[in-house]
Amino acid sequence: MLDFAQNTIDGVMVGASYALLGLGFTLMFGVMRRLNLSYGPTLAMGVYAGAYFSLQVYDSILLALCIAVFVSIVVGLVVETLCFKAVKSDSPLTSMVSAFVMWMVLEEIIILLTWGRLLPVENLAGLKTFNVGSLLVRSDYLVLFLIAVALMVLIYWLIYRTSYGRGIRAVGANRKAAQLMGINVRRISTEVFILTSALGGFLAFFIAASLHQITPGFGLWATIKGLIVMVLGGIGSIPGAILGGILLGVIELHASWYLGGGYRDLAAFLLLFLFLIVRPRGLLGTRTARN
Amino acid sequence: MSDYMISVLSLIGIQSFLALSTYLLLITGQISFGQQAYFGIGAFVGAATTAMLGMGFVTALLAGGIISGAVAAGVGALTFRLGGLYFAVATLAFAELMRLTWVNLNYQVSVGGLLVGPKGTEGFRDIRYIIDNGISPTGYFWIIVLCLVLVLLFFFVLEKSRFGLTLRMVDNDQTATASVGLSPTHHKIAAAATAGAIAGVGGVLFAHYMTFIDPRNFGVMVGVHSLAYALIGGLGTFLGPLIGVTIDIGLLESLRVFSSFRMIIFGSLVVVILIFRPRGILDEHTVYFISRKARVFYKTHKFFGMKVSDDSN
Repeated sequence: MLDFAQNTIDGVMVGASYALLGLGFTLMFGVMRRLNLSYGPTLAMGVYAGAYFSLQVYDSILLALCIAVFVSIVVGLVVETLCFKAVKSDSPLTSMVSAFVMWMVLEEIIILLTWGRLLPVENLAGLKTFNVGSLLVRSDYLVLFLIAVALMVLIYWLIYRTSYGRGIRAVGANRKAAQLMGINVRRISTEVFILTSALGGFLAFFIAASLHQITPGFGLWATIKGLIVMVLGGIGSIPGAILGGILLGVIELHASWYLGGGYRDLAAFLLLFLFLIVRPRGLLGTRTARN
Repeated sequence: MSDYMISVLSLIGIQSFLALSTYLLLITGQISFGQQAYFGIGAFVGAATTAMLGMGFVTALLAGGIISGAVAAGVGALTFRLGGLYFAVATLAFAELMRLTWVNLNYQVSVGGLLVGPKGTEGFRDIRYIIDNGISPTGYFWIIVLCLVLVLLFFFVLEKSRFGLTLRMVDNDQTATASVGLSPTHHKIAAAATAGAIAGVGGVLFAHYMTFIDPRNFGVMVGVHSLAYALIGGLGTFLGPLIGVTIDIGLLESLRVFSSFRMIIFGSLVVVILIFRPRGILDEHTVYFISRKARVFYKTHKFFGMKVSDDSN
């Protein structure tokens, strides 16, 4: 029972970061109706830049974090320009393939610049742990959790409580109608890209910090996690992405505890396929969330 | 031909299977990020058939094709009812799931005192059918060509057939397709199954060509390449994917000096081509234009100097 509670707590904490990755996908999908598979590698580039800076130039976590966010935004904008803005909007397949190819380009650039080596990422919280009752809490997980929750609250507020967010939701609901109502759809798309890249870069830095390293495979990892969360929560649903992320985190931690570490990712994929069969609209998705 | 040329052409041939399988789904309007999964299933099934069970090569090709096709139909049936986006996500997840399965798969049997079979990350070694049966690299190249020609014949017939037209119709307008009594879902599943089978056959050929496969051969990068091949070549004709493969492997070979920039150059080239030609070099309009020109040329030159007057095409 204690193990169960412990895994659940860890799962919720890890899950919060998955949720935010899923949220990034959901937001971008909302305004573009396209999957941006380059999201993960974009964040990986940011974290690499930050980690490289703190390792080689000046050892400061805060500066490294700023650089990670900045590079993520720049790369995110490059991806948006080349793969989404420049590609004619009436061919959804093309921009998704373009983003997928961009993934390869970004990952190869990372490998080329770092010779495929991993870089250490310094942990803000150190390695301290503390006890709550008889449960153990890892401080780096706690930091990750708090940051993810704070960012989620921020996004939630932005999307549901401001007129700007209403614009984003309007573009997601109906692009044409939003444009007719005087919303600058292209600008919103770009701004959502900046927003999601910045949030993702910020979060990815802390995820990498809780793993103590960044590897070239981080991009793939982040993209897959984000996509799974998006489907679990229901495509297009923001609260769904949050719930889906936490569910994924909890299931993964339980799977790796009860079945062994090798089954962690396997369990995540099985969960995805189970949802596709039993409840394809996800936890909170609407029935009409279609292509 | 030199051994080197043979190896390059063999690789082009094998990659063409992957490109064609992605192409078949693209003309149906579906995007698959994970054809490498079926390539992998074909490779492992084919390798197991000859190396572990000691059966023939044709059996391996059939087994690889049929099993991959069946699995692809399953993934398609699960997701196509929900819309193409779910299929796209599911294919990527499925491909990674398969790769993890190969990483965790450990099952060897003793064949003639030698342990053969998949061995986790070390892969499946000693797929010796080609060597044991004394088939030279050139001979094997012609086997690949034969298989590829059969697949291309299939595509040739497909593009003229009612079924092929229906696939393109599904891409253009699903509601219109359904309104004339043709099920978009069934056609998509059929396309996915065929595409899976083609990738599977490619996998069998790949495994026997390499004599050694490991999970890394079936990673996401393979999927990126197969999509890039199909889309830069163009969605107008089945010759498009072949052009895509030739551009990549040709480029890769001619740009040896830039070997470490190879993927970056190829990737950037693809991104740029997609900006200017969203449906590839040989897109539907170009193919229509060329075929019309060719028809007119053929008609006007049929009898030297005697022009066939009316050309309603």
